[in-house]
Amino acid sequence: MTATKSVRVEFGGGLELLFSNQKSHKVEIPNKTFDDKPTDMNYLILWLKKNLLREREELFLDNNTVRPGILVLINDTDWELEGEGDYIVENNDEIVFISTLHGG
Amino acid sequence: MAPKLCALCEKSRAILKRPKTGQQICKECFFYVFETEVHNTITQAQLFKPGDRVAIGASGGKDSTVLAYVMKTLNERYDYGIHLYLLSIDEGITGYRDDSLETVKRNQQQYSMPLKILSYNDLYGWTMDAVVAQIGKKNNCTFCGVFRRQALDRGAAVLNVDHIVTGHNADDIAETVLMNIMRGDIARLGRCTSICTQGEDTIKRSKPFKYTYEKEIVMYAYFKKLDYFSTECIYSPDAYRGHARAFLKDLEAARPSAIIDIIHSGEAFAVKEEVKAAQKAQQTCKRCGYMSSNELCKACSLLEGLERGVAAVGITDRARKKMDAEGPAPEGLRTIPYFQMPAGPGPSTTIQIDTS
Repeated sequence: MTATKSVRVEFGGGLELLFSNQKSHKVEIPNKTFDDKPTDMNYLILWLKKNLLREREELFLDNNTVRPGILVLINDTDWELEGEGDYIVENNDEIVFISTLHGG
Repeated sequence: MAPKLCALCEKSRAILKRPKTGQQICKECFFYVFETEVHNTITQAQLFKPGDRVAIGASGGKDSTVLAYVMKTLNERYDYGIHLYLLSIDEGITGYRDDSLETVKRNQQQYSMPLKILSYNDLYGWTMDAVVAQIGKKNNCTFCGVFRRQALDRGAAVLNVDHIVTGHNADDIAETVLMNIMRGDIARLGRCTSICTQGEDTIKRSKPFKYTYEKEIVMYAYFKKLDYFSTECIYSPDAYRGHARAFLKDLEAARPSAIIDIIHSGEAFAVKEEVKAAQKAQQTCKRCGYMSSNELCKACSLLEGLERGVAAVGITDRARKKMDAEGPAPEGLRTIPYFQMPAGPGPSTTIQIDTS
């Protein structure tokens, strides 16, 4: 078993501006946390903050999770149906973050 | 985790949890309930009648893009018999509106609807870039808001439409209810939840997305792969609204029905007759003919302030008095062209549409 899993991360609705103005990213995250638990969405979000987020952290994060008003899809399914932060990320998952907070 | 089945068709895999009801539904059922709820809102409020000419206030953002798509879909599906136009306002904000107008121009092709773009520069002689260069970022949202409202009506008059629909969604309306309560603005609180507003001399305006959650609009755009533009205005967002918005999103996270509950509260407020009577009667602006609660409408007042270099004029009474004390408006002051309501629709009316 490899020590990392590969995840496709996409940003939309203006969030891409915080991530080098790039919508789609392919990232490798560890399989396990330092205390040997499988890495979940909560882990991924903090990993993105540390490794990919370039500016205005408060527009992405609030209380160590995504800010209210940001929609998250895991393999094209609302993360509210997948256990949100507790969802265990799998190899080749596609995770989409979309901000709803921009004008319409 | 085992895939959850759709609560409606019980066949397909659920992809979305509806904030309004908590139901877990599949993609096809989501499209169907989303569109049908908007249709029900339209028919219950009897917003349209066959032959109506309806302009969609289009900014290129998510709400108006989804609105244009859904209006076209419903008009065809349920045979409303209405004629749809796209109406966009170019505020003159480089790097923001010029990009979003490109989206609207693509929408024009994608939805085959005629498009009219009206600019602040043509109408007022000022772009927002020029306004901000003169007055700074503080209060610039006031200018933009007042100018946009009037520009939409004037654009609608050019298109000779009887009705403007806007993409205001349930979250926007709940936000406005909260803001009006916090400001004690009883007049606006009384009318901000109306699905449709129409004075004697204003063009009818309505909000078909009044009960539609922002989350569902964004999900709809995502799953339908609709082409929309999303960048924050570069001239600092309306800070007060920003706070109301963040507060509302926190409430929604704790209890998703909060948004619809606040709208219902707003609808249930009854304004006493004596309070209504104390509010200013509407009149016509003596300079430009637009409806106004004072001798001069807000846009004329703001424009005069800009032209005479006293930017706060339209914003505070004190600044208005100070400028009045300096004498009447000078001759040759730039004014807004005289406003006239559309003559009324007719099948024989042809209009020039700017498709550039």
